[in-house]
Amino acid sequence: MTRRIDWPAHIILSLGVALFVLPIWLVLSGSTLTAAEISRGELSLIPRLSGLGVYASVLRDGSPGAGPVWRMLLVSGAMALTIAVGKIVISILSAYAITFFRFPFRMAAFWTIFITLMLPVEVRIIPTYSVMSDLGLINTFPGMTIPLIASATATLLFRQTFLVVPDELVEAARMDGAGPWRFLKDILIPVSSSNLAALFVILFVYGWNQYLWPLLVATTPELDTIVIGIVKMIGTETATEWNRVMATAVLALLPPVAVVVSMQRWFVRGLTDGEK
Amino acid sequence: MATLILDDIRKSFGKTAVLHGVDLALHSGEMLVIVGASGCGKSTLLRLVAGLEEPTSGRILIDDTDVTNRDPSQRDIAMVFQNYALYPHMSVFDNMAYGLRIRKLSDAEIKRRVDEAAGLLELGHLLDRKPAQLSGGQRQRVAMGRAIVREPKLFLFDEPLSNLDATLRVTMRAEIRRLQRRMGVTSLYVTHDQVEAMTLGDRLLVLHKGVPVQLATPMEVFHRPANTYVAGFIGAPAMNLLAGKLAQGGRAVALEIGETIVFADGPRAGADGMALTIGIRPEHLRLADDGFTLPVDLVEPLGSETVVIGKLESGTLLTIKLAHSHVTDSFLRVRIPPEHLHVFDAGSGLRLEPGAG
Repeated sequence: MTRRIDWPAHIILSLGVALFVLPIWLVLSGSTLTAAEISRGELSLIPRLSGLGVYASVLRDGSPGAGPVWRMLLVSGAMALTIAVGKIVISILSAYAITFFRFPFRMAAFWTIFITLMLPVEVRIIPTYSVMSDLGLINTFPGMTIPLIASATATLLFRQTFLVVPDELVEAARMDGAGPWRFLKDILIPVSSSNLAALFVILFVYGWNQYLWPLLVATTPELDTIVIGIVKMIGTETATEWNRVMATAVLALLPPVAVVVSMQRWFVRGLTDGEK
Repeated sequence: MATLILDDIRKSFGKTAVLHGVDLALHSGEMLVIVGASGCGKSTLLRLVAGLEEPTSGRILIDDTDVTNRDPSQRDIAMVFQNYALYPHMSVFDNMAYGLRIRKLSDAEIKRRVDEAAGLLELGHLLDRKPAQLSGGQRQRVAMGRAIVREPKLFLFDEPLSNLDATLRVTMRAEIRRLQRRMGVTSLYVTHDQVEAMTLGDRLLVLHKGVPVQLATPMEVFHRPANTYVAGFIGAPAMNLLAGKLAQGGRAVALEIGETIVFADGPRAGADGMALTIGIRPEHLRLADDGFTLPVDLVEPLGSETVVIGKLESGTLLTIKLAHSHVTDSFLRVRIPPEHLHVFDAGSGLRLEPGAG
């Protein structure tokens, strides 16, 4: 390997980074301007430090048409966490069952889970709504999260991870006297921890970005997620305060980014590491 | 210290029968080696004893208690696996302590046992490491340590040395033997390597296609192989097996290569002309000026000795091991000493002992 800088590669990469960062930067600096300036089209690339107060303001008060941003962040965070954790718990257990245990209709169970992959939320949204309505879960937090927890994708991914766990490891644990729950807790989950972290990141972002289902099932402002909040802020009867919308958008970005960055090392290893 | 009894153990996977009735009794403190080619059912037998598989029929008794239907964890046995099967996320200490923690031993007792095993296996300085940071030999020792700390009634070894390089294998082999003797734990050891089998076992069980063919001490198996399979399997280089016919009223054999040899140990029962297989170990063949001519096909110098493979005109290969290393001729003059013959029935392959005929 030579130590010389590979200029063409750097230029292309820099262009690529700029392409992704520019819109975000535009939103960031736009959020510090006044609403009037933005509607006049005087968008500047240099943030105005004196305008940073808008962040405190949206967090505390929100905007006309939507509640305070802190509450929406909280709702989104709780929803994303519940969905991610719930999906992981459910899919670890189901993958554990179909990988390590022999029971009647094991393959039928596997294929049933597999088939649900073809039925994403959008397809089954009306029957799901009807079920939630019958259960009296409309406008509740469980109603927002439970239908999104059932997950075939994560089950399949865990199954793949579990399949490569060597049989001898399972047998060694049996000889050591570990029962099924102990094996799951002490051996299987630690051994699959990098996959678990990767899945958590993916599922957290998935949960955070949910729009259609929360929009449909939760109509009280108290259950507005940040994504819905942003939409509500745009195009109300009063003129849209674009600087506040942009500030909210920046705030909405931060939690998923924080999750991805903090778990990046695990995330990459979990996606690329096939060997156990 | 415990005894192990296998009573007519049979095992089939679906319609494929893997073990056709194995009877076995291990004395307390004994090391029994199950040896056979791959696919002979030896690992299956070990897994049945471990409780990882269930026998199709038969009983397994440890210390006269029937454990056939017991879970592996309730049989009080420990197993060393071929690929070590260490828990990758646990330190060496935790790997060894895991089984004890499950059995709810006190922390002090766990520490005492692990430290003792670590001392025995020279692992003391490695207790904080993860398996990935260990060499193959060290991992093997941790796997042994995990078995030792359990202080089980029975040790099971499933080809534990086959993943090590040749030098390490020799060292570890001696170490396992020393350890087993010292601890006096009844052990079952599975291997396909005949050198391991010969050096480790108090007794050997030779398994061939799911049938036990011989159960005896290593020396007995070597000197009096029960059939042609054992004869060819134990000993390196492998025993020469020559076709012949019973002659002179059972007192001699007429070999197909032209020689007729009178049995040194007495006549065999049977009619003249009965087909025999005659075994002679390569190291027992002698060079003699009055012997028959053996054209040299291949010379393999091993340093202290030389293995010569000769090809007779009939196409029969004959291996001969010589104590010296200067084979320069294109042929050797070879004599078959009658006192070292192994006589087998060519039809059944069974050993024929001298007897009134």
